[in-house]
Amino acid sequence: MTDATATQPAAGPKTPLLELKGVSKSFGAVRALTDVDFEVGTGEVVALVGDNGAGKSTLIKAISGIQPGDRYAAQFEGTDVNLNTPHDAAGLGIATVYQDLALADNLDVVENLFLGHEMSGPGGPLSLLDETSMEHRALDLMSQLAVTTIANVRTEVGSLSGGQRQSVAIARSLLGEPKVVMLDEPTAALGVAQTRQVLDLVKRLKDRGLGVVVISHNLADIFEVADRIIVLRLGQRVATFDRATSTPDQVVAAITGASSNGQKGDQR
Amino acid sequence: MSDTATKATPPEAPDPTTEAGARPEFSLGAALRGLAEGELGSVRVILGIALVWIIFQSQNSNFLTATNITNLLLQVVAVGLVSVGVVLVLLLGEIDLSIGSVSGLCAAIMAVLNVQHGWSPVPAVIAAIVAGAAIGLFQGFFVNFFQIPSFVVTLAGLIGWQGFQLQVLGDTGTVNLTSGFIVDLTSKFFSTGVGWVIAIAAVALYAATGLWQRRKRASAGLKPEDPLRFGVRTVLVGIAILVTVYVLNQDRGLPYAVLILIAFVAVFAFITTRTRFGRHIYAVGGNAEASRRAGINVTRIRATVFILSSTMAAIGGVMAASRLLAVNQSSGGSDFLLLAIAGPVVAGTSLFGGRGTVWSALLGAILIGSISNGMDLLALSSAVKFMITGGVLLAAVTIDSATRLRRQSIRRV
Repeated sequence: MTDATATQPAAGPKTPLLELKGVSKSFGAVRALTDVDFEVGTGEVVALVGDNGAGKSTLIKAISGIQPGDRYAAQFEGTDVNLNTPHDAAGLGIATVYQDLALADNLDVVENLFLGHEMSGPGGPLSLLDETSMEHRALDLMSQLAVTTIANVRTEVGSLSGGQRQSVAIARSLLGEPKVVMLDEPTAALGVAQTRQVLDLVKRLKDRGLGVVVISHNLADIFEVADRIIVLRLGQRVATFDRATSTPDQVVAAITGASSNGQKGDQR
Repeated sequence: MSDTATKATPPEAPDPTTEAGARPEFSLGAALRGLAEGELGSVRVILGIALVWIIFQSQNSNFLTATNITNLLLQVVAVGLVSVGVVLVLLLGEIDLSIGSVSGLCAAIMAVLNVQHGWSPVPAVIAAIVAGAAIGLFQGFFVNFFQIPSFVVTLAGLIGWQGFQLQVLGDTGTVNLTSGFIVDLTSKFFSTGVGWVIAIAAVALYAATGLWQRRKRASAGLKPEDPLRFGVRTVLVGIAILVTVYVLNQDRGLPYAVLILIAFVAVFAFITTRTRFGRHIYAVGGNAEASRRAGINVTRIRATVFILSSTMAAIGGVMAASRLLAVNQSSGGSDFLLLAIAGPVVAGTSLFGGRGTVWSALLGAILIGSISNGMDLLALSSAVKFMITGGVLLAAVTIDSATRLRRQSIRRV
């Protein structure tokens, strides 16, 4: 039903990796999400777009289990799963990179990558850190992701540029070998060259066979990396586009509700 | 935005000659830059100590005698031990204003148990340390579970524990210590030979761990630290240890108390830089919310650090009492608290959390202790001493803030 209004029929992924049906979420009297379906496949980049307050972040938080949906049905790799806590999502291999990146500026790249999951010997809190293994792994990861802009992984993260910081945050989300990575506005507030680095990185995640979910306001970026574009408006999924067969104007129309049809007439 | 020129050579692309993961090469320019950005905080404070020593030596030739250096080190032991706990709290981005009162209270508990209740010295000292830990648990509980800023909780502690101290000491207000063990803590010295053995063992340990780490990095295929830099650092530290013991041996020898201080500093320096717990202290101090989301138990880290802070205050209080041979109503009072916090800050530990080292507790205590000792030798009046001490504190905090502003301005490049 939610796809009924798509101006371009867009087939979902053949084998959805993660599929949610009928996600609803209310905050008191405010209905943030109403019966939203969502799916992302292996090696697919899905862009989640919509105006401010359309429910993009709420949907991401529902998937990552930080603010679970009031009602929803979820399937991961074809089996029914719960997404009620961040632990549920992490256990399935769903990683999220939030807009604030959650980096500690006083720590270096290696220390941030392994924050909270340090490699160490046995023995609880006083166990010895295995710095060489961590640094080795960090260099490996950076070269796999072709992050060449960080010359020294022992550089303090506070001294890195926005694009480098985003790269570190994304790389960290990959350490747990996730299957789905969700990026909340990864290119917001980045310059041209830095945006390029991050978009290249998103493409590499896709090449590694990950399902990637990107929230963004920048249609140029979306049309560069996304395979499918899901439009949310006022807490509902109003349209789905196939990147190859749609134009930015169509997406803008769906975001603003300008292309009027049966379901979109009821705005405000 | 997708022009190929940008793609081919992104402006942030590293110098092709720089290997990925390479540590910056050692050079004078880099060293000066590091100094300005607070990277080499310990070098900065050592230069400060050298400057202070030169000034006082030029005013009074007794300053740099073996006897006075020994006295100076004995004077800084108590405050240095308290500062070790202060560093941990500062690394979290918190503050503990109760440490002065806690050191006085715990010393009073030890003295009263030992002298008035006839406890033998060792259990009395242990009771004092346990009391310190319990106070830290109590204060940490309020900071954690009621989300009260540590400034306010420990300010209440500053007043409350001081009252408790007066209560414990009772009507007389002063308890004189005569027990051998407690007095020995700050009045016994190692013989010349033992002092040399300890010094050589320390140098060997330092060099061996450094070499071992280099080998480990090399065998893991990582670029080791620049050999020149490693060599200079190791030789300088080795010389510092040997010269210190040589000078101390000219007088009465290496004091027990100084070894106790250095051992605590070394152990906590190791814990903060090499263990998971230490890494988490820095992480919480840098970004508590990110640490929480990364699965670090921020509450437990904070509680543990407040316990350690009060415990170190208790240990410092015991050593202060041992040196004074008494506990009285002003033990742990006056400027003791401020000097214990000022030391690490002077030596480069940030008041804003996440930056600093435990070594700053030792170096800062020596710097502040040198100024205090030198002013005593010159027989300056209290008026002048307070004004100079205040000026040094202001200068230290200013340097800390300036370093922080500079770091922030660099990030905006």
